[in-house]
Amino acid sequence: MQHIVIIGNGISGITTARHIRKKSDQRITVISAETDHFYSRTALMYIYMGHMKYEHTKPYEDWFWEKNRIELKRAYVEKVDTESKTLTFAGGESMPYDKLVLATGSKSNKFGWPGQDLKAVQGLYNYQDLESMETYTKDISRAVIVGGGLIGIEMAEMLLSRNIPVTFLVREGSFWNNVLPDGESEMINRHIREHHVDLRLSTNLKEILSDENGRARAVVTDSGEEIPCQFVGLTAGVSPNIGFLEGSGIETNRGIMVDPYLETNVKDVFAAGDCAEFRETNGERRNLEQVWYTGRMMGEVLAETICNKPTKYEPGHWFNSAKFFDIEYQTYGWVWAKPKDNENDFYWEHESGKISLRLRWDKETDKLLGVNNFGFRLRHHAFDKWFKEERTVQYVLEHLRDANFDPEFYKSHEEEIVNQFNAENGTKVSLKKKSWKRILQLVSN
Amino acid sequence: MSSVDPSLSIANPDLKDADVVQKAGLALAGLGVLVLFLSWGGVAIPPSIGLPIALLGILVGTVIYSARLYLNQPEGIKNNGVWFRSLTSRGVLGWVAGIVLTGFYVLLYWFPEYIGFKASGNEGFVALFDPLSMFFKGKPASQWFLYGTLYTLCITALGVKFLFKYRHNRYQFVRTLVVIASQLFLAYLIPEILAGLNYNDVTTASGEYLGYFNTDLKNSWPLDYDFFYDWQLNAFQEPSYQPVGTLYLIIGIAMFLVVTPIITYYVGKRWYCSWVCGCGGLAETAGDPFRHLSSKKLSAWRLERWLIHSVMVFVFVMTAATIYGYFWNTGEVFGLNIYKTFQQPYGFLIGATFSGVIGVGFYPMLGNRVWCRFGCPMAGYMGIIQRFKSRFRITTNGGQCISCGNCSTYCEQGIDVRSYAQKGQNIVRASCVGCGVCSAVCPRGVLNLENGPEQGRTDLPPIIIGNESIKVSN
Repeated sequence: MQHIVIIGNGISGITTARHIRKKSDQRITVISAETDHFYSRTALMYIYMGHMKYEHTKPYEDWFWEKNRIELKRAYVEKVDTESKTLTFAGGESMPYDKLVLATGSKSNKFGWPGQDLKAVQGLYNYQDLESMETYTKDISRAVIVGGGLIGIEMAEMLLSRNIPVTFLVREGSFWNNVLPDGESEMINRHIREHHVDLRLSTNLKEILSDENGRARAVVTDSGEEIPCQFVGLTAGVSPNIGFLEGSGIETNRGIMVDPYLETNVKDVFAAGDCAEFRETNGERRNLEQVWYTGRMMGEVLAETICNKPTKYEPGHWFNSAKFFDIEYQTYGWVWAKPKDNENDFYWEHESGKISLRLRWDKETDKLLGVNNFGFRLRHHAFDKWFKEERTVQYVLEHLRDANFDPEFYKSHEEEIVNQFNAENGTKVSLKKKSWKRILQLVSN
Repeated sequence: MSSVDPSLSIANPDLKDADVVQKAGLALAGLGVLVLFLSWGGVAIPPSIGLPIALLGILVGTVIYSARLYLNQPEGIKNNGVWFRSLTSRGVLGWVAGIVLTGFYVLLYWFPEYIGFKASGNEGFVALFDPLSMFFKGKPASQWFLYGTLYTLCITALGVKFLFKYRHNRYQFVRTLVVIASQLFLAYLIPEILAGLNYNDVTTASGEYLGYFNTDLKNSWPLDYDFFYDWQLNAFQEPSYQPVGTLYLIIGIAMFLVVTPIITYYVGKRWYCSWVCGCGGLAETAGDPFRHLSSKKLSAWRLERWLIHSVMVFVFVMTAATIYGYFWNTGEVFGLNIYKTFQQPYGFLIGATFSGVIGVGFYPMLGNRVWCRFGCPMAGYMGIIQRFKSRFRITTNGGQCISCGNCSTYCEQGIDVRSYAQKGQNIVRASCVGCGVCSAVCPRGVLNLENGPEQGRTDLPPIIIGNESIKVSN
């Protein structure tokens, strides 16, 4: 029986452990310095907002691990010795392994801003961040958030839930505009302002000023403005959490370098999730995929490989989701901030200014390439299948009712969307009625 | 619902964020509640003045308060601070509310004289409701009239609050309108009007009581467990109640045998549990702030399956004995006294203690669906249909689940929704009442209540979609 040791109890590490257990009887140990049990990192914000308690964010009851013979260890790994296959923990204890999985996730970026290490200056990635946010946002009169991405807007929502005024510094001219096209980005700008956030676009952080106790008291922007605040959220992205691997012989770049089998340059050492960096580029995907879903998928694949069925990581069609305050966002396929040369673009926005659909398709073949939907829900199975079958944009629009995933009684927008599309593109797409027969075909593998 | 302060169940008692309009609304509702408590305490408030102040104060105050609270914010999910508030996180206020509610139920069921119900002439709390009862049917209020009035008031006032809270979600909006309407008309106004028209609950001029039958159309057997008791079957047949009595008898039987299985097949048990049922109606409106308190543990599910089906068997056996006794007029079955062996224990243990005292009294401790989840035989019966022969399911949207846990947390029935969603499996569970809140609180649009073909409804996909690494070999 081999001893498989997994460092990190986030979604990647735990998925790996669970799937190894499904397939084998190997001894499994999961090590984490963060928490005793796996919890859902995506739900950190909801703990702070009082929607849930920490215990509710745990997808499995505490007895689950023992029942499935997954050993849990709360410890911080300081050193990996790949020669003797031994881990050394802070405190000097050590543990041997036969196979090692590195699933250590990320840490928040700090770009060398003066004052970035002061008290009450932090990112939001792990449970300790949540605890320190709890501590440092007590009785404050303003918070400043730096970095206009997903974590930044979540942090804004968190702070507002406790009636803390927020100033939001965004480097881009419009929120998340390096990812979102202008229409969607502008919609979110409006929505952020609707929530009374002091949104500062095209604004950079210059430095963070300290009070006499080494705590942030204000930020200075690149325009020289000083904004008094007692908490600074740094949410300008994350980087792999791999400092402890220095000198281990495991090759790293920004992340831990892996092949398509998620194996590192050292035999029997693997990496998955946020901390893994692929040597080879896979289609349009980034070599560092810092997304919850991809972390889960890597875990699913890695378990196969570790259980002696070498399997390449081959994610299917890209999908992602987020929620910006009250506006849900889903995306399927690729929608770039600016369409590429071979791409056509269509954007529909509802009069409410909170619902939108964007389509991208190939100029030559009319093949659908990507979709962004805001404020309404679309069926994942539908788009996954349509991409696989290389359906045209006209086909997709014709069958758009099959893909609607909004609750019953919701107003549907397909007709409005198709009319606008026809008007703009001189096409004659006519909507089909929703068909359960077709939907079942979409769902079947 | 009881005389517990409804403002307790609608507001963050911490008023620092409330503006003047909200405070005015709360004050108005508080005044209404105060009148109820003062009457209960024996303070002589003239009912003709006190009753309108109480009822209108609570209704209008709640509407003003919640309109102001929710319309001031962008529409969306409003669960901020749920786990920080004393009332909604089993804190001191939660315990106080639970104890007051439970106490009220105990008095209502077993000691109505302590809330002022007296055959010789009502006092205090019940007397406060005399004018309204006189208006409807020309006789003084009973404790049940008081209860029905407050129950309807709670569903209406807190239903309106729910409408404001979920105004962005049309499923919730439509469902709650129907919940309010079915309580107001089917359970309250129509029965009272029928009694007023001498079709039910009549005492003749010579002092003869002609009997009472259940005139709440939607309160179907076996939830309405005494439907086949002899006094009720006799009342259905009372000559002066015709044709209404016979109509209600036929509809009552058809509800169980025909209507329920057919509608449940098409849309799941939600048509009843979260759309029209009175218990469900209270749970979804007044109980909404407590929905997250239901246990999601596996152990709770194990208990639930035994308990609800035991109650179901109990009511079937009890009713079989009752019907046998009615037709053969024996009073006994297999030598067992029907009343003492079957009816009395069921009425005391299940009808009063479980569905009333625990079912509502324990909202602030165990969540708002204790009765529906662990006890209700109607829910048990429909649950079996829903699980094995229905078009209803909660569809999971492919691989989009992020395991956050909002769905499980806010499932009032204690279903671990997330455990299905994160596997990409649809949720088909006997206990789901289809309130739709899991779908509403999901931040990623992963859950949807749908009625579709039964084919593949419960399939567990071998691989969550979006990952092509692993192929399923056929």
